[in-house]
Amino acid sequence: MKPIDHAEASSHFIEAKAHLEFHDRRLWDLRVKRDRQAHNIPEWEELRNLASAIKEHTLSHLGDYLEEFEAKAKSNGAQVHWARDASEHNQIVHDILSAHGAKTLVKSKSMLTEECDMRPFLETRGVKVIETDLGERIQQLDDEPPSHIVVPAVHKLRGDVSDVFARTIGSEPGNNDPHYLAEAMRRDTRPYFLGAEAGMTGANFAIAETGSFVVCTNEGNADLSANVPKLHIACIGIEKIIPKFEHLAVFIRMLSRSALGSPITQYTSHFRAPRPGTELHIVLVDNGRSQRLGMKDFWYSLKCIRCGACMNTCPVYRRSGGLSYGATYSGPIGIIIDPAFDIRKYSNLPYASTLNGSCTNVCPVKINIHDQIYKWRQVMAERNQLPLVKKEAIRIIGKVLSDPRLYRAAISATGLAIEHLPRFAIYNWLNPWGRQREVPEAPKRSFRSWYLENRRRQ
Amino acid sequence: MRVGLFIPCYVDAFFPEVGIATLQLLERLGIEVVYPLDQTCCGQPMANSGCQKDAAGAEALFVANFQEFETIVTPSGSCAHHVREHLDAIPQTPAVEKVRRGTYELVEFLHDIVKVEEFPWAAFPHKVGLHNACTTLRKLRTAKASEIDEPFFSKPLDLLRKVRGIEFVTPSRPDECCGFGGTFSVFEEPVSAKMGYDKVEDHHRAGAQYIVSADMSCLMHQKGCAERLGLDIGFIHIAQVLNGSRG
Amino acid sequence: MSSRDAILAAVRANQPAPAPAIPAIPLFERTSRSFLDEFRENLTSMGGKLAPALDAGGLDAWLRAQFPDAAVICSATPEVRGTRPLDSGAPPAELADVDVGVVRAAFGVAETGSVWLSEKELQVNALAYLAQHLVILLDPTRIVGNLHQAYRDPRFNTARYAVLVTGPSATADIEGVLIHGAQGVRSLTVAMIPLG
Repeated sequence: MKPIDHAEASSHFIEAKAHLEFHDRRLWDLRVKRDRQAHNIPEWEELRNLASAIKEHTLSHLGDYLEEFEAKAKSNGAQVHWARDASEHNQIVHDILSAHGAKTLVKSKSMLTEECDMRPFLETRGVKVIETDLGERIQQLDDEPPSHIVVPAVHKLRGDVSDVFARTIGSEPGNNDPHYLAEAMRRDTRPYFLGAEAGMTGANFAIAETGSFVVCTNEGNADLSANVPKLHIACIGIEKIIPKFEHLAVFIRMLSRSALGSPITQYTSHFRAPRPGTELHIVLVDNGRSQRLGMKDFWYSLKCIRCGACMNTCPVYRRSGGLSYGATYSGPIGIIIDPAFDIRKYSNLPYASTLNGSCTNVCPVKINIHDQIYKWRQVMAERNQLPLVKKEAIRIIGKVLSDPRLYRAAISATGLAIEHLPRFAIYNWLNPWGRQREVPEAPKRSFRSWYLENRRRQ
Repeated sequence: MRVGLFIPCYVDAFFPEVGIATLQLLERLGIEVVYPLDQTCCGQPMANSGCQKDAAGAEALFVANFQEFETIVTPSGSCAHHVREHLDAIPQTPAVEKVRRGTYELVEFLHDIVKVEEFPWAAFPHKVGLHNACTTLRKLRTAKASEIDEPFFSKPLDLLRKVRGIEFVTPSRPDECCGFGGTFSVFEEPVSAKMGYDKVEDHHRAGAQYIVSADMSCLMHQKGCAERLGLDIGFIHIAQVLNGSRG
Repeated sequence: MSSRDAILAAVRANQPAPAPAIPAIPLFERTSRSFLDEFRENLTSMGGKLAPALDAGGLDAWLRAQFPDAAVICSATPEVRGTRPLDSGAPPAELADVDVGVVRAAFGVAETGSVWLSEKELQVNALAYLAQHLVILLDPTRIVGNLHQAYRDPRFNTARYAVLVTGPSATADIEGVLIHGAQGVRSLTVAMIPLG
């Protein structure tokens, strides 16, 4: 199976000029809003340090905190399940739904359920799954994965959304007014909230001290999914645990500011126990997290709170779109997580980066993202995951640069080539540099030659 | 003071005037400059691809060329960063550690070590957009990065302000990456070129007649983009401006 | 071996060396601004509205004037009668036709413009989401400065469900255009009325 070719996918993304221009501008705007919020809080850098310390402490004591969380959650009346991997997660969810005769499931956004590919599993077993986050619903109706973890349909323009809705929920074809479209979605989804037998949410944080978990949304769709049906299933990755409620303040203050540049999401919902006469099921999911925990260079990636700030600031992400990464997690965080899932499929992703370091600077939990990208490149080279052409090119360059005479010969040859070859010989398919850029001119002499002439009188 | 001068491979080959300006500038400031003749590269292109084995030869050669010097100066932030933070494809002998410790990028050397007060010979009567390469900015920390909430500081600006006639203009995205990224410029060419186009157009809209940087690698990429776009904008290394080039 | 045991074993085998204990989290109090002013400013920037100064007596009249077309007004607080009593035993879906919901918040948060509600204040949790509009009574002396203070409230330990609500339901998922009333309430109005 061929590795994901990010560069190829990005070239198509870039060709769609209007989409690219909006995508880049919209996400850069979120980055600017984040800056404004962050610079308005004098203790912002201190909060980042605290958040990082909380996560690192928790992850290094994760076993104990997981047990504490489970014990509290159970004493609150919730039922707690454990899933080793994606397929066990899907099976557990299906079993819970079957036990309750639930045929319709309304759910709020959960990257974990995307990671587990839960929807097709349930749908083929006769459960109707309705995504209720607007962006997720657009993508579900268009049979496309979400492209961004916070704004899932940011790669679409209003005309695209209008086409999807006209095709699937009977909205007026050609009416692409966002207010009309959002209203159409509101009316289409409402009956599902009212009639569904089960509701599902993810969780942004799970608190060991109280056995509670927290869901942050702007639409209120998680609260509808959880508070109308009689069954609430919450799928939570094991890395979401934090020790105490007072720690939550640090993260809630930074989550929406980092993600969207607003001080908080419209709804920050804390679930501790089921409503009387209803059931609350919590599914704790591993799916490779415990394995990543043991990776000396990469376990810091588990600190992630899924804010998306790294995607918003990444100049490569903004110009290539989340779908070009071919994975549930895209952008900078995706680059450092995905290879742990499948090293061959995602072997090119660490190279979809200029190592500029902006992601590391905006990360609220101080994940050293660009350092991990650099380290993954070393892993790819060691595990022989580089494409042959690249591997050979680097090997030859390395050889030339390790030998002064070979190096000097190559410089004069290149200089001669640029000076004497006709344009078509320099600018062709063999020279990717020259596709959209001019090649530097060949100077009369190298620095070394100048130095010998002007400084060294031997 | 006596320093070893490291001239990156692409400067040696394509932009020797940057090396010449660096050497002349340091000599003007009373520094003895020695250029070891067998130098080639710091190892960055191979190391940044993850290929430590292929970087080892260049890294060993770098150390061999420079181990006699207490201080090594280079007009390239990314090379200085690589030597200080990543020159680890070879065993870490005392000679290697000495070379790593003693390597400086030109701006940080002039600002922090020499503490230059003035450049009386320099004048650059043009509108200038300053480009801080990402490694130099965020890893060598030569200026405040826009993401971090801290008091403003900029070593390159401190130096350039001592040049007569310079007028600074600021693009709308002052420190967004320009898209060079080393081998990224070749292996992820579509995004790299788009980023370069966006960068030079941003400076152009701000009114820049020249883009000045302490990193010629970024400028090489931006120049290539600007020329293909037909934009009337000049590209010059900070060493050349500080050394008295009039543009 | 159960999945639980397998996961815990894997986690414990792989946990990195213990990281230092977490420092105490400061309260980061800023006392330079009035909490009320800060609350008002943040509420409105998040899309919420402020009712004009009212006393408890004027509330019903103001409601009818604000929502003249409202057929069903459901209140979770005895301070407002509404048109239909709230039955906390009935299925939440029965609130689907509520035009205006009225609740009293336990407290507000100046830093964000949020109000705190739990099943006690809501009677039926879904009221805050199924109603088309929400009116929230808030005692202006019950506003804390920031989230650090909010999260020390002991009611988080006992509430089954607690929510910090900040403005109406919103989305900007279609081309970044801000829309209120995505899935939840279309408008949210806070009326500063002291607890009698």
